[in-house]
Parts: sequence; C-alpha cells; structure tokens
Amino acid sequence: MSSAASGYDADRPVARGHRARNDGATGYDVAVIGAGIVGAAIARALSRDGARVVVLERSAAASGTSGQGEGNLLVSDKAPGHELDLALHANRRWVDLSEELADELGPDFPNIEFERKGGLVVATTDAGARPLEDFARSQAEAGVDAQIIDVSEALRLEPDVNPAITAAVAYPQDSQVQPVIATEALLASARRAGADVRCGIEVLGGIFAGSAPGSAATPSSPGTADRGEHRRLTGVQTTAGAVTASTVINAAGPWAGEVAQRLGAPLPVRPRRGVVLVTTRMPHRIFRKVYDGDYFGATQSNDAALQTSSVIESTASGTVLIGSSREQIGFDTRLRAEVIREIAAKSTRVFPFLRDASVMRAYGGFRPFMPDHLPVIGPDHRLEGLWHATGHEGAGIGLSVSTADLVSDIYAGRTPGLDAEAFSVARPSLAAALETEEAAA
Amino acid sequence: MSIVVIGAGPAGLAAARSALRAGADVTLLDSSDQLGGQFWRHLPETSRAAKQHVLHHKWSTFEALASEITQHPRCTIVTSAQVWLLEQRDQGTPRVHAHVGPVDSGGRESLTLEPDALILATGAHDRTLPFSGWTLPGVYTAGAAQAIAKSERIALGSRVVVAGAGPFLLPVAQSLALTGARVRGVYEATTLPALARGWGAKPWKLGAAVGKMPELAGYVASHVRHSIPYLTGRAVVEAHGTDRVEAVTIARVDENWAPIAGSETKIEADAVCVSHGFTPRLELAIAAGCSIGPDRFVEVDARQRTSTRGVYAVGELTGIAGADAALAEGEIAGHFAARGPRSAAVSRAARSRDRFVDFGVRLDAVHAPRRGWTHWLRDDTVVCRCEEVTRGELDSIRSQTASCGLRSLKLSTRAGLGICQGRICGRSVEELLGDNFADGVPTDRRPIVSPVRIGDLAGQALGGSQPDERSPEEPPPQ
Repeated sequence: MSSAASGYDADRPVARGHRARNDGATGYDVAVIGAGIVGAAIARALSRDGARVVVLERSAAASGTSGQGEGNLLVSDKAPGHELDLALHANRRWVDLSEELADELGPDFPNIEFERKGGLVVATTDAGARPLEDFARSQAEAGVDAQIIDVSEALRLEPDVNPAITAAVAYPQDSQVQPVIATEALLASARRAGADVRCGIEVLGGIFAGSAPGSAATPSSPGTADRGEHRRLTGVQTTAGAVTASTVINAAGPWAGEVAQRLGAPLPVRPRRGVVLVTTRMPHRIFRKVYDGDYFGATQSNDAALQTSSVIESTASGTVLIGSSREQIGFDTRLRAEVIREIAAKSTRVFPFLRDASVMRAYGGFRPFMPDHLPVIGPDHRLEGLWHATGHEGAGIGLSVSTADLVSDIYAGRTPGLDAEAFSVARPSLAAALETEEAAA
Repeated sequence: MSIVVIGAGPAGLAAARSALRAGADVTLLDSSDQLGGQFWRHLPETSRAAKQHVLHHKWSTFEALASEITQHPRCTIVTSAQVWLLEQRDQGTPRVHAHVGPVDSGGRESLTLEPDALILATGAHDRTLPFSGWTLPGVYTAGAAQAIAKSERIALGSRVVVAGAGPFLLPVAQSLALTGARVRGVYEATTLPALARGWGAKPWKLGAAVGKMPELAGYVASHVRHSIPYLTGRAVVEAHGTDRVEAVTIARVDENWAPIAGSETKIEADAVCVSHGFTPRLELAIAAGCSIGPDRFVEVDARQRTSTRGVYAVGELTGIAGADAALAEGEIAGHFAARGPRSAAVSRAARSRDRFVDFGVRLDAVHAPRRGWTHWLRDDTVVCRCEEVTRGELDSIRSQTASCGLRSLKLSTRAGLGICQGRICGRSVEELLGDNFADGVPTDRRPIVSPVRIGDLAGQALGGSQPDERSPEEPPPQ
C-alpha cells in the first residue's frame, strides 16, 4: 500500500484556498472517477491534504446514485460488523462536516439540510417483534444508541404511526442530509482546496507505465500480481484526451464495475435498483425516519426478485419520501407498476394516514451492490496505481465521509482509524467473486 | 386489433374514429369528464344553449366525431381516466395504467390495458413566461381565461389585457370580448419586422397569411369588429396590485424580446391573460420511450409512428399546428395503427397534415420565445410558483455550486419540484439556468405521469393494504 502513495510527500503544506497547478507535463496526483458523493468526499479530503486532484465525471455531479435516493445516514439498519464501524464513524463525522462546510461555503450556499432527526424502527407483526429487539440489543453492544421502547412511547414520538405495531426501537443517531446539495458542497469545498472538477468526460481506458509498447490498454493477467510488478496505472484515457495521475480512484458507484473493466481490473460491482416515491407537500406528521423492521430482510438478501420494505420520512420541504424497493435487474430504468404499488401498500401499514396522500414523483436509482455486502475501499492489489471506493449499496451517502477518511489515511501513510483490510479488494470474502469476474473478463 | 387512444381532443377523436372505421377495437381515455379536449370545451349543463358553436370553431366537426364514436359498438370511452404510468414491456406495446373517477375522490377504479397499439394525443399546455407580479390573482394563463370564457361564459374583468405571443392570443381576446369583457389590447411580443419576415405579409393582413389555418381568419375579423388594439413588439413586464392585479407595465421589446429601457407604460387592468405559446405534454411519450427531437416534440414518421414499436403520436405532441393538423394526424395514425390499407382519404389527410405542419413550423419560428425575456425579471421575481423560487435564488445557487448538472440544480434550488412538477416553469428554469449542462436532462420527464393517491395504489397491491392484514415478515439477521 505504501507504494501506491509513492512520490507523495505527506509533509507538504496544505494548499487550502490555493488553486492547484496542473499542466499536462506533470499531471495530477490523483484522478477520482465519478462526481457522486463518494468521489466528492474523497476529492475534498485529498485536496485538503495537499494532493493535486481532478474529478472526472461522465455526466454531471450527483447525476447517478447520489441524486436518486433519500440521503440516509443510518446506523439503525446495520448489524454489528465492519459496515457498522464505517457507519458509526460517519455518524460522528457528519456532525462536524456539516458545520465545516457551512462555515467554509458561507450562508449563500444552499444548506445541505443535515439533521440528526433520529430513526424509529417498528415491527408490524407479532413474529417480527422479538427479532427486532434482539437485533437492537446486538447493536447496542456494538456501540449503537438503540433504545427498545414500548408502543405507547413510540406513539408519543410518532403520533400517526399505526397503533397496531408490536415493537419499536428508537435510534437517536440516525440522520439525514440532502444528498445532491451535500455532493455539490463537498465538490465546492474540494475546488476551494485546489481540485479540478471536470464534467461530461468519460473514462475510456487506462494509461500504463512499464508495460510493453502497444499493450497500453491490455489488462494485466488477473490474479498474477507478480507479473504486473513493473506495470502501473499512470492515468486514464478519456473522451477529452489523456489525463495523467499517479493514483486513479474508481468511485463510479454502480458503474464502477464497468470502469474497473476498462482499466483492466474487473470488480464484481452490480447495480441494484431502488425506487423511492415522493408525495405532494403536506403538514409535517412524520418526525423521524420511520421504517418497518422488514427493511433488514431487503438489505441483507441476495435474492434478485423484488423486495420492498417501508422507509418513510418527511423532508424539510414538506414532501414525504417513501422507500424503497430493491431489485437486481441490471441497468433497467423502466418503472414498474408492481413496484410502486407494493411500496405504497407497505407504507400504509406503518402510517395508515398515507392512504390519502398523493405520490407525485418517483426516483429510480441504481445502488452499487457487492456480493459480500461490504464496500471496496483502497488500493487494488492487482494493479498498482488503481484504487476503488465503491460498493456502498444504499448507504453511500452516509458512508462517503468514512470512505474519504479511510482513503486519505491510507494515501497519506497514516494509520487508518478504520480497518482497512476489511474493505480491501484482497479480502477473503471477495476472493471467489473476484475470480469469477476475472474469468469472465 | 385493440387500440388505446389517450386524449379526446381533436387529434384523439379523429384517431379513434379512423381506427374504428379500419376495424379495430378502440378504448378512448381522457382525464376530463367530457370529450372534446381543450379545443372543444362544453358549456355547463345548466346554461347549455343551442349556441355552443358561437364560441367554438368546428363544433359540427366535433358533433360528428363524438356521435360516431359514442355510438360505435367497438368503442369504449372512459372519461375521468387519469393515466399515471406507462409501463414499457420487453415484448409489445407499453401497458397503460389509469385510475378512473373524480380526481379528489378515494377508491377510484384501477384500469390496466395492454393494447396492440397505443395512440398518444395528450396535447399541450400553455407556456407562460414569468414576470414580476404574475402570481397575483387576476393573472391568468390565456388557456385558463379562454376555458373560463368558453365553459362558464363569465367575463373575467372590465379592463382586460391579453399579452404574450402567437396567433392564439386572437381567439382568446375574441372569447373574452364575446363574454362582455373589455379587452384593452393584445400585446404581441414578436416585433413587427420579425412578424413580417415570418409571415411574409403585413401584420394587419395577418388574415391573409393565416388563411392556411382557417379558424384564425375568423378571429381576425372578430378582432376588427370588437375594435381591439393589436400591438406588436410589446410585453407585459410587470403586474401591479396588492390583493389582485390593478395595473400592468407594458414595455416595448427588441427583436430578442429584451425590454427597451424607458419604453414602459403603466395601464390599469383588472385581468391579465398571458400566453407565450404551448409546451407539449411529453411525459407519456417519454415514459413510452419515444424519441424526442431537438425541437422538443415527439419524432414521428409519415404514418405518425414514434420510435417505440406500436406507439403513435398525434396533435400537439408532434408540433403546434392547430386543430386541422391535429385532425389530419389523428386520422392517419388511427388508420395505420388499425392496419388499414392505403386509401384516398388517408392520402388527403396526409396532404392536409403536411400543409398545416409547415404552418406550425413557421408559427414556431416567428413566435417562439426569445431569450431576451429573462431581462424583464427582477431578482425577486418568482419563477417557480409551486416552490416560490425566485430568479435571484436560481442565479445565486447556480454561481455558488458551479454545478454542471441541471438535475442537481433543480434539486438544489427546488425549482420545478412542486405539485405541477415543472409543467409551468420547467422550460423557463432551463432557459434561466442556461443550456450548457453535462447531464442535459430536460424538465419534461415525469415517470409518474399524474399525482396518484397512495390508497388507490395500495388497493391494488398483493399482500393486503389494511393495517391489520399483516403478512409474515422476514426476521432481521441475527
């Protein structure tokens, strides 16, 4: 990993507010592929550390996953484990980050609407009550503020929730952010620290050093790191020409698999579709993120068939967001009536008054899904110079800041505050899927 | 052969009749409770005289179409049908999902159709450019004003100003005059030289130039009869008033529609009717996957076929060219969708269509809003009415975020996110923000085509929707 940061001087003074020089001869230290919230957070962190960063975005900022979801910063839906560690770290960091961004960008910049509104998870069946409470206890042991409350207390917190619920757990740490504005804010902050953000530029392939002439775009043999010893990624070919960078970070979300393929290091990232319904504005009657315990079934399952579970919250503007579905149907953007109906029906189990609300809009986005349900963060052992930061599935908004912290720690040679090995491409739980992916490539 | 026609204005009615004549089974859906669309509006039952035709052009055409369709054994007419989703399928024409019944009522009936062919005839809505004070009561879209005049026969005011662009201003002024309103003037933003170049005729001879659109000739004659001043190169740049409109400022504008400083005059008015053309209702066509051209109309071939197999588009979806063009396009689409053979009648319709479509192209070239209009906005002028977003906020957020995405700016400013989903302000917001966006997402895309009650959706879903009807749940992982 130290080799990935070679040539980088961790003691270099921070160049905040100073525009990075870039000329074609020297190139960038880091090229981040993707201007979603993960790429934006990484660009900001590395720029503030003094690296010369360029963000390359095929479309526009937050035009993919980051602009198609609710903006969840949740701890409540995560079982004890590495992802929860990321989430707990993020939960602390967002509080400071939202203030830092507000101070830095000033009052004219739109508010990122960070709010620690808290979550309330309910069970709607007798059978679901016990598992929900057991789950909450296991989370509490892992450091989550998970408060098992009785139904009357739940009704005090959310007076319009279905009184027939059988169990409830309050999660005061659950928070929310407006994901598009947050992405733009992180990018604006990155630009102030010298980063370049280039939109409408697509990465076509890699630029390599140390390989035989004429084989620049040929992937190295998968799984044979030794043979690729002298071969390293030194930049990317794009629709706007070559961009040289000592480190290339693949933060292309659900499209990261395609990017990895183009750079010669296949990665088993799959799109998982999620649809969120948006109601017309109404007086605030929902005060927290309220969801059916059924949510766990959907987030933890590999079943490609349609899964829905209720995740309901109101936004600052008075609309109510109702999620969500999870379908593995590739990059199919067609909206299905069955999905919308099922999401709508389940929401009324949690909040019966929603029957009279109207849906006026639907988001349909793709979440980057990994076979072992953990994001991939850090250098790729198979190709020097290539890093990944993807696979956060539906949690990327919240986890972006943890991901950026981990990336910048590794990059700077600092001891990471998070377990880098757990998110490494080389982790054992990913080995089989990686092998299959490489065989197919 | 089953055909679904969505929209029962001139284009949709003509399509339905033509498809029936060619032997198809037709289901005609419309969101209103009557046939005729916006063009043929009905008087209320109570005041329905034998004089519908006075305010309606081609009323006899409507009666003939409506009577043939309603009496046809192979035709099913469903009014008050709100289509909320078109579902693309791997095989076959998109599936149509609608709810039937009054919009505000609960428990509407759900209707799902899987036709062999789908004819979209959803028409257009008024385009109204924002100006300071346009949210005051007493400021109407010209379409709304005309609808009130036609269906309620109520005079909107005693001193009415009609402003905007395009020949549609004329029938609006006429309808208003016929209800007894005093129309103080019609203010057309297009300048005299531009009109002359575009129409190839002197504007006061507009009647001759618009002979190709016969109903317009009548409007011009009526105009003269009611002595309504018609002034070009002028725009309403501000409406004044506290509780409702009391006066308007009219300014001369240059060829690019930018107001000319010092040319402003304030005149008293108690009603203002504004139209700057029309925006096609594209959401169903987009949902069906149809190609939209650079001019933001649905692309069709000579048979009115869109790029999506089995889907046809007619009327204002393909260009704003008036009722005659819509009737011709409907006739052609209905015929070919029903796999009718080539015929002399259809050839005639095709010739007629080509003539009127050419007219529509010229109309658009002459009267389409020019970007200078943005200069009459102030920083505090509301652009998005639903979310109350001002021009100043749009500018500020664009410069603050330096965003390269139109969608991102919409979500950051909230412009176009309200109940109308950008139908009123979408194009204006796009023009204000500029068109240099990396995502190029237009504001026409609305996958949920019309607001739909959750109870109506829930009633359809499997697994029960009652709070007490619970299905077993997957336990969370241990």
